[in-house]
Amino acid sequence: MNSVAFIIIAIFTLAAALATATLQKLMHAALSFAVAFVGIAAFFFLLGAEFVGLVQIFVYIGAVAVLIVFTILLTRRDVEKDRGFNWSGVVVAIAVFGGLILAILKTQSLSGAALETPALTVKFIGEVLMTSYVWPLQCVGLLLTAALIGALILVMEEKR
Amino acid sequence: MSISVDQIFVIGKRWLLSWLTGAPSWVTQIGSSLVNIFALLGVFLTLFALMSVLERKILGRIQNRYGPNRVGPFGLFQPIADGIKMLIKEDIVPARADKIVHFLAPVMIAATAILALGIIPYGRGMTPFTIDGGILFFFAVGSTTELAVFMAGWGSNNKFSMLGAMRAIAQMISYELPLIITVLPVVMIVGSLTPDTIVAAQDGYAFGLVPRWFVFTPWGAAAFVLFFVSGLVESNRTPFDVPEGESEIVAGHMTEYSGFKYATFFMAEYIGMFAITGLAATLFLGGWHAPLRALEFVPSYVWFFAKLSALLFVYIWLRGTLPRTRVDQIMNFAWKFMLPMAFTCIVAAAVWHYAGRGLCGWLWSLAVIAVTYFTLSILLDTRRKFAPRTYRFAE
Amino acid sequence: MTPTLQLFLVVSAALFCIGLLAALSRRHAIFILIGIEMMLAAANLNFIAFWRFSPEAHQPTGVMVAIFSIAIAAAEAAVGLALVISVYRHYRTTNVDQLDQLKG
Repeated sequence: MNSVAFIIIAIFTLAAALATATLQKLMHAALSFAVAFVGIAAFFFLLGAEFVGLVQIFVYIGAVAVLIVFTILLTRRDVEKDRGFNWSGVVVAIAVFGGLILAILKTQSLSGAALETPALTVKFIGEVLMTSYVWPLQCVGLLLTAALIGALILVMEEKR
Repeated sequence: MSISVDQIFVIGKRWLLSWLTGAPSWVTQIGSSLVNIFALLGVFLTLFALMSVLERKILGRIQNRYGPNRVGPFGLFQPIADGIKMLIKEDIVPARADKIVHFLAPVMIAATAILALGIIPYGRGMTPFTIDGGILFFFAVGSTTELAVFMAGWGSNNKFSMLGAMRAIAQMISYELPLIITVLPVVMIVGSLTPDTIVAAQDGYAFGLVPRWFVFTPWGAAAFVLFFVSGLVESNRTPFDVPEGESEIVAGHMTEYSGFKYATFFMAEYIGMFAITGLAATLFLGGWHAPLRALEFVPSYVWFFAKLSALLFVYIWLRGTLPRTRVDQIMNFAWKFMLPMAFTCIVAAAVWHYAGRGLCGWLWSLAVIAVTYFTLSILLDTRRKFAPRTYRFAE
Repeated sequence: MTPTLQLFLVVSAALFCIGLLAALSRRHAIFILIGIEMMLAAANLNFIAFWRFSPEAHQPTGVMVAIFSIAIAAAEAAVGLALVISVYRHYRTTNVDQLDQLKG
């Protein structure tokens, strides 16, 4: 695993995520949200889970980001900026970060190097999905159908 | 002799990389990738330039006139004149437009279109980048195009651009589903998402004569037609070019772009077309395989580009012949017809596989597709719902 | 500095806290949803990092959980955004401070 690649991707992703959290204009924040997810997908590629990285790009950037952008468009009121920034949120976030870092650095068993894993092929994921994980797959299918129908009903125009 | 002509580009690349034999492995890797990228860009930008003039000439012939024929022999140097014109135009950006988003939109569209070209096998051993989930990569990159179209429409700060962008995105999202589901039968039968494996599975000839391409099976033919039509829509080509319909919405999301940025949009649309037709040739038409055993001496990349050119000719033919469809007709077509037919193709492919891949399976899967097609035609028939047309002013 | 598991966990903790920052300190409903999606993605990164560094990496458990998590996050984003649009239609505002009709 290349350390140069890791540093570049980490800086890129964290910068994009910070931009998402702090930009004033909604549209810019939504677009840097998409960029942050490209960075996370790059992390998945670095870690050897290429299928998950591709699914991430497909679902998050191709679908969720477009949804968010459409919703921003449909709920505009000519007030582009988001007035009001709650500073206590910053304090809570820094406190949580401190707690997590303390927990990570204090744990002894985490400093090993990565083992060489066999490449995770799509064929293997398909076989596992259809044999050991078939029940979660069906449940996720049902959940997605319910979410689709529910979202449609929520947004449909009421019959007058 | 014929083998070395076939492998001439692979041998050429190996010779180029032999200049780097002493370097560490990452230098060789980056060098190999760079050679691939430059070769890809060179071939496809030349093809783009050639196609822009050939399209105008073929459209002109369909409309009973000559196309451009002033610049160079038969007008073939027209792209050079077009390029110079585009480059010297003034780059106008609206005053209240969002400058960063407005600038990045054509860059992103062109980047995603060129990325999609990287996984297609162009010849025997000539795939630029072999990724295990190659087809998924293609569609993931294609779905990023929608966000870029939205950036173009929103960044121009123009209501027409915004409306055009929203129409374009609605159209592209609706047809992404049939596009991906028609690829599923092929992936199911081959058992792999890698384009190289899919091309290798179409090797050989049935009865020594008919090539084993997937387009010669009933589910493959139906899936090919559906994939082709969905590809037409995804590239915003007539008859589905509502997003850039000049009589309705000026130029849609590309209204506020002038000069080189407009040329970039144009280039991205054509390269998207090359990518989709390349993938159609790979998945259904056997990739770089020859159609007859006697013609196997012709190099593999010649066959691939011949198939690509045939599909592009059909694209241009459709543009010259068909009128534009309405937006609601496009949406109805996608959700009510193409999606059920796409699911039927999966069922038909499964029937073909489990009835033994011979004549029996062929007939059963043909029956499945025919039954669904006729049922849908009866259910979606709109002829009896409308009164006969009356014209108020035309006699 | 070869990336160890600790480094990946630090990065994903940072991403999680940035998502938490976006969810807690903004008043627009869509911003809060963006923050929640980012927290989910940071958790996915955690799962994949643990799968990669585990001693028995032929078990794809981490990858499977990440795939299902992405699917569920997409469903939740769709329903959440539908809710935001529905609320906007009734109250003409997306500022969560002004949605206080159930306040005691």
